[in-house]
Amino acid sequence: MSFVLQCPNCGPREVTDFAFGGELTARPRSRPSERELHTYVYMRRNAAGAQLEWWHHRSGCRAWFIAQRDTTSNLVSWTALPEDVADRGEGAA
Amino acid sequence: MTRLEPQPGERIDRRSPLRFSFDGERVEGFEGDTIASALFAGGRRVFSRSFKYHRPRGLLCCSGACANCLVAVDGRPGVRACTEPLRSGMAVEHLNAWPSLERDVMRAVDKVGGPFTPPGFYYKTMIRPRRLWPLFEWGLRRIAGLGKLTRRDEREWRTSYRRRHADVLVIGGGLAGLSAAVAAAELGADVVLVDDGAEAGGRLLHEGSHERARSLASAARGHGVEILTGASALGYYDGLVPVRRGGVLHQIRARAHVAATGTIDQPLVFAGNDLPGVMTSDGALRLTALYGVRPGSRAVVATTGDRGLRAALALHAAGVPIALVVDERSEPVTALADSLAEHGIEVMTGAMVVGACGDDAVQRVTVARVADRGGERVVHCDLLVVSGGSAPATSLLAQAGTAMAFEPHSGQFLPGETPAHVQAAGELAGIDGDEAIELSGALAGARAAIAAGAGEDEALHSRIAGEQTELDRMLARPATPAVTPTFCGAAADGKAFVCLCEDVTDKDIAYSVAEGYDSIELSKRYTTVTMGPCQGRMCQLAAIRAVARQTGVDAPAVGQTTARPPWTPVAMGVLAGRPFEPAKRSSIHARHRALGANVMWAGDWRRPYDYGDPALEVRAVHDAAGIIDLSSLGKLLVRGPQAGQLLDRLYPNRLSNLKVGRLRYGVLNSDAGRIMDDGTVFGLDEDSFYVTTTSSGAGAVEEWFSWWMADWDLDAHITDLTQTLAAVNVAGPRARAILQRLTDMDCSPDAFGYLDGRQAHVAGIPALVLRIGFVGELGYEIHAPAAHGQALWDAIAQAGAQDAIRPFGLEAQRVLRLQKGHVIVGQDTDGESNAYSASMGWIVKLDKEEDFVGRWALELAAERAHAETLVGFRMSNGAVPHEGAAVVVDGAPVGRVTSARHSERLGHAIGLAWVPTALRDAGSQIAIVDEGRHYSAEVVRGAFYDPDNERQRG
Repeated sequence: MSFVLQCPNCGPREVTDFAFGGELTARPRSRPSERELHTYVYMRRNAAGAQLEWWHHRSGCRAWFIAQRDTTSNLVSWTALPEDVADRGEGAA
Repeated sequence: MTRLEPQPGERIDRRSPLRFSFDGERVEGFEGDTIASALFAGGRRVFSRSFKYHRPRGLLCCSGACANCLVAVDGRPGVRACTEPLRSGMAVEHLNAWPSLERDVMRAVDKVGGPFTPPGFYYKTMIRPRRLWPLFEWGLRRIAGLGKLTRRDEREWRTSYRRRHADVLVIGGGLAGLSAAVAAAELGADVVLVDDGAEAGGRLLHEGSHERARSLASAARGHGVEILTGASALGYYDGLVPVRRGGVLHQIRARAHVAATGTIDQPLVFAGNDLPGVMTSDGALRLTALYGVRPGSRAVVATTGDRGLRAALALHAAGVPIALVVDERSEPVTALADSLAEHGIEVMTGAMVVGACGDDAVQRVTVARVADRGGERVVHCDLLVVSGGSAPATSLLAQAGTAMAFEPHSGQFLPGETPAHVQAAGELAGIDGDEAIELSGALAGARAAIAAGAGEDEALHSRIAGEQTELDRMLARPATPAVTPTFCGAAADGKAFVCLCEDVTDKDIAYSVAEGYDSIELSKRYTTVTMGPCQGRMCQLAAIRAVARQTGVDAPAVGQTTARPPWTPVAMGVLAGRPFEPAKRSSIHARHRALGANVMWAGDWRRPYDYGDPALEVRAVHDAAGIIDLSSLGKLLVRGPQAGQLLDRLYPNRLSNLKVGRLRYGVLNSDAGRIMDDGTVFGLDEDSFYVTTTSSGAGAVEEWFSWWMADWDLDAHITDLTQTLAAVNVAGPRARAILQRLTDMDCSPDAFGYLDGRQAHVAGIPALVLRIGFVGELGYEIHAPAAHGQALWDAIAQAGAQDAIRPFGLEAQRVLRLQKGHVIVGQDTDGESNAYSASMGWIVKLDKEEDFVGRWALELAAERAHAETLVGFRMSNGAVPHEGAAVVVDGAPVGRVTSARHSERLGHAIGLAWVPTALRDAGSQIAIVDEGRHYSAEVVRGAFYDPDNERQRG
């Protein structure tokens, strides 16, 4: 795996600068059923294609941000700080 | 004399002799030589012994492709002598032969071992008796292998890396590559060119066009191209190309790539084809033209195409007598054949080599007609130049996602459609003739520059279209193609090698096909053909042809094996990069050293294990006072109007109502309800909290906090003070008296109670003092600026001297906290533990109104019985089980010991263990098995020592 990510604060950096935070998950807004909780905690879509993900600029500004990455090609179409992502879709917290 | 008259364009400087040693003997070469050219000039013909049969091997490719000249240099094995520049004083040694290269007793394997060592013999033989395996292994390891790694500090093997971002990366610095680099740079692209030769130029350098090579290279430099010579591209990883050059790994990331890796001159397969003196045409030319070395005194040239004919002419011009040229084609190209005839060189067409023999070197070559094997002739010579076709070096292209297609006209596997950002140019793309190669390079360079974002306009597009038309016109000219070599069949008494690196013969391939491994990928795995250090450069085509012959399928249907990185062998140390062992040391570390501490790793930290006698340290804490350095604790400052809300959402207990000046213990959970970390939270003021974490969890907790903050967008903010502040814990019945001597603050129990915190000056140092009881005695954690850490420590030590205060280390702390039944997260808990199963359910406040991370999972956990529970135990006898010992019921392991120590104060051995919940009640008997010994123990709930916490609250 090797690609470049655009840190919203610092600009383009090698992926080794970053920590992967997993795909965006939807934390239930209110008390979930047991099945919903299980799905939220353990199940991941693991999409073959575009996916919204958390990334952390661990060796840089230490910001958490959101990236849309194609998991089949590692092409990152955009990155943004969470407050700039209006619609986090299914990944909304 | 092995050196020729000075050759035009040679790389050596005959006025600068260099001295080095080979196997301890002094050898002389010139500046500009490689190790191999200097040794060859000095008369050496045998450079290595083969992998399996220990047959003598000499120079074959002279271009870093084959494994024949692998040597050790200054103790470092795996160096290719034919490309490694000679340096004065080098100590060069042979690999894998004993007692010497010339007389290797392991050659016996070749003489008698053949029938016993067929492909895959290690799956079939030496299996029984099993107890003899260590002996077999000992023997095999001595026979096989490519040298021995000298044991020394592994840091010396590890090198640094450099990252380079560019617009265009050109791989290969021959005519096509240099033209591509110039063309791309002319369009304004930032270009890097890598070439594995000592000088860019590729074939031009040894085919009489060195001046052209040098002018192209200087034009490229003039356009700002960064040229890396002596550099091997290791592979193509999603657009990143690691390039090893000397002691540096260049990680080059470009927007577009031009592959101009050329072709590899292929050997021929016949009996004795591995004898020293058999050399590819490229190898012979390189020795001659670059180093002025005479490759032989009388040569036979065997070829399947024009490459060999051109080499024969060049060798003749350099003064190497050519005894005979055999061309497998019945009609060689006229112009070259005419030139050979003009020079009086005999060419036998429609003929091939059927065998070479000699005593550890070529002495005689037998040739015959291809058609009927008739007209056999024996020719005496000491050099057999072979050219079995040109195999495009397609591996990097294949790794970049290009499929190869078989071109029947030339008999080559050529690149098909390349991905958008990758161009192929020159001979690699099947293009022949200097003019066409140069043009294809320029076109590839321009296209790569455009792909990398160079400005395009109408004029550029029409120029490219015009050049493409011109190239197509050139390529439409008919050329006489090379032919696929005919296999002559190995003579009964001789081995015909398909793969020299792994000693795989044509018979071995036949054997593997007969055993059912009839696809090239299976045959590769079974015989290890193409898996040696050459990575298929010298043998993939021959292996494909051999499998095709055996299976009756044609070569394109056999197909190629998958090209995986690394394309060039690379030392692990180069990949590992420069060693960093980050060690964190507290500001008080020098004092611990001075006090004679035994220092251990604790995560990234170096911390005192003890100061000589942990039992004495424990006693001091119980009876007087002790001091421990806690600077490694994670320390976070959480501030902001919503800081309390943030903590309420992260901790299962309520923190927003924590009073200023009070302290609360907290456990962090994941949404799965698992314990992540623990620590304390202190109320600094209305909007500020001081949070401590475990030493090992500091980084993860900071990331965890900031991740939730990013998600929730709360008005709060985190500052990591872990390295900014030092911290010590003064603990023991005399701790209060000692602290009082150093501060104006009232330390009496009424003014400064348990779980209180105060900002005060201690020994004149501004500090935060927290009354905490981790070790179970009266204690104060003092947090102060790291710059004053040592002064603080020294002041406390001095103030406590009259009370016989002692420094204590991690071991004493572990005993003390275990006596209290305090859990260490990560030691006593794991990724499956939750607060209820870890017997810490009291920390979870499910009656809290707010949602918090882990709440829903913990609600479920609270309702249900958990299978295992963490409990304390007391051993029935004095034995201390190892951490990790099994708790067993009816002989089956059902739990494990996580901590165990002997407690001098309690007079017995105690510990913590996960046990089946049915056994969790105090007084239950549990059985422990530790390394085969059986023990019994009794479950204890709560603290072992001072269960009512009278001492720490006192």
